[in-house]
Amino acid sequence: MKKYMSDLIVTANEQLNNQYFLLKLTSKETLPEMLPGQFAEVLVDNSATTFLRRPISIHFVDTANNELWLLVQKIGDGTRKMGEFVVGQSVNLLFPLGNSFSMPSSHQKVLLIGGGVGVAPLLMMGAELQKKSIQAVFLLGARSKNDLLELDVFAKYGKVYTTTEDGSHGEKGYVTHHSLLKEKFDKLYTCGPTPMMKAVAAYALKNNIDCEVSLENSMACGIGACLCCVEDTKEGHKCVCTDGPVFNIKDLKWQI
Amino acid sequence: MADLTTSIGRLQLKNPVMTASGTFGYGDEFADFIDISKIGAIIVKGTTLHHREGNSYPRMAETPSGMLNAVGLQNKGVDYFIKNIYPQTSKIDTAILVNVSGSTIEDYVATVEKLVDLEHIPAIELNISCPNVKQGGMAFGTCAASAEEVISAVRKVYPKHLMVKLSPNVTDIAEIARAAETAGADSVSLINTLLGMAINANTRKPILSTVTGGLSGPCVKPIALRMVWQVAKAVKIPVVGLGGIMNATDAIEFFLAGATAVQIGTANFIDPTITVKIVNGINDYLDNNGYKSITDIIGKLEIHE
Ligand SMILES: Cc1cc2nc3c(=O)[nH]c(=O)nc-3n(C[C@H](O)[C@H](O)[C@H](O)COP(=O)(O)OP(=O)(O)OC[C@H]3O[C@@H](n4cnc5c(N)ncnc54)[C@H](O)[C@@H]3O)c2cc1C
Ligand SMILES: Cc1cc2nc3c(=O)[nH]c(=O)nc-3n(C[C@H](O)[C@H](O)[C@H](O)COP(=O)(O)O)c2cc1C
Ligand code: FES
Repeated sequence: MKKYMSDLIVTANEQLNNQYFLLKLTSKETLPEMLPGQFAEVLVDNSATTFLRRPISIHFVDTANNELWLLVQKIGDGTRKMGEFVVGQSVNLLFPLGNSFSMPSSHQKVLLIGGGVGVAPLLMMGAELQKKSIQAVFLLGARSKNDLLELDVFAKYGKVYTTTEDGSHGEKGYVTHHSLLKEKFDKLYTCGPTPMMKAVAAYALKNNIDCEVSLENSMACGIGACLCCVEDTKEGHKCVCTDGPVFNIKDLKWQI
Repeated sequence: MADLTTSIGRLQLKNPVMTASGTFGYGDEFADFIDISKIGAIIVKGTTLHHREGNSYPRMAETPSGMLNAVGLQNKGVDYFIKNIYPQTSKIDTAILVNVSGSTIEDYVATVEKLVDLEHIPAIELNISCPNVKQGGMAFGTCAASAEEVISAVRKVYPKHLMVKLSPNVTDIAEIARAAETAGADSVSLINTLLGMAINANTRKPILSTVTGGLSGPCVKPIALRMVWQVAKAVKIPVVGLGGIMNATDAIEFFLAGATAVQIGTANFIDPTITVKIVNGINDYLDNNGYKSITDIIGKLEIHE
């Protein structure tokens, strides 16, 4: 897929709470085709503390409004400054980057498991599945109900189940302890903190379920030029930015 | 339009802007963003005799105005390059240089011998300055005697243009540059990355798997400029300058300090079109200041009276 470097315009920057925001961007030209699981490299301001671009998943593409959505958690200088982007401002992006989640076959029962801001790429995946008449089921986990994002938006694309560590929303505990997992699914897609993804991968292996994970290794270029973002796989080091970010767990060398 | 054609000894380039090894892949990665044939030369990823997996993740740490890397020369080896990558890269209509690394003199010589007959590779860049490998690498570049030894050995088997990439992790870089000249190098390029380190105070762990790594980006530019200026005064062979060049003005500063050509590294990660922008910016600078050719500004630093 062709990659672009473009200046997009901010149409909205919705502060979901003090930690998360939803950034909506548009372009004069029709946005190129993007696939669920792909990401963009956002140029923050190239200042001393945010010198490199920041990789952010493509959360959703609103084709009717020619908008690209990013769901971001403020964790450091770069994401904090992105939270201050104002409507009308232009933002430079490299996109769409990386591979994508694979599409299941129509009879498969699919579960999308997200943790924290890792839910971001799962919305677009849910929307794509719906286009193919596959009803997704979402299992979204977070520390507390404040970290559960956009539940109403996810609900448009599938049934939503939740867990929180403090029990403030849905079942108490981790996603892998949710009662939903007593059901048999054919395919799991997951994105979130590494310990969560490893727990999901362990569950998938034990129950012999096909499982794809979206990794967030730190990156410098995002386009396969620097070899900084590698993940150890059964075929050696692979770039998360070009061979990933989505990997099937059977190809990884995770100790689980 | 000023004349940007550049001669680095016998190596003829359409302009003086090259890409720095390890920051531009094999060129292809950038083809969606720019016409890569507009770049003066593409120096491909560090190549070794045998396949190397490189160091473990994490290999990168962002630092104020720069980054540390500890890639450790991940590459599929020279035979793979010749068989699977060269057929593609050789079609690019500009000079392609291979950056060669090794752990022993025998490795360097064996790798170079395989590259010598490749028609579309007019030169190699001998990397005696990689800080990210346990053996060899930078060790050759931090001592004048061992630098001379490895360069002389390669010179015997490589009749084309031999560029030698110098390490900044030395007390007197001019001394190493003179050793390279004595050993028969056609040009020297500098600087490779500076040995550095980053720590995560919260976890009390080093960020890089290798603890230390190579620093690059605009934070190293003052050091790179100083070294290019010192080396240009110390040797007669051409000097290729790099280290933290982010725009055309930075590049002009290197020409004034004595560089015949420049390389662009880390800047490619922030703006994949930067090389072409720098070529155009150099042209604008020459036009605006009434210079006819890039050669008119090389080494034209005006020292205070
Ligand atoms: C493919 C991909 C997709 C992503 N998608 C999203 C998304 O949709 N929404 C979102 O909010 N974030 C996403 N991220 C993570 C996001 O890129 C980082 O949170 C961001 O770069 C942090 O920048 P910062 O300047 O705010 O923080 P920094 O100041 O750079 O970092 C703050 C702290 O977090 C640590 N840190 C930062 N990045 C990483 C990392 N990749 N791995 C481990 N530790 C890290 C740093 O070491 C530091 O301790 C994604 C990352 C990748 C690679
Ligand atoms: C990710 C990365 C990988 C690199 N790999 C190589 C390499 O394989 N061989 C080499 O000679 N230099 C390598 N370098 C060094 C660069 O070519 C260059 O000398 C250095 O980064 C300074 O220039 P810059 O500040 O413009 O990046 C690498 C640098 C980076 C950032
Ligand atoms: S981030 Fe540069 S190769 Fe993946």
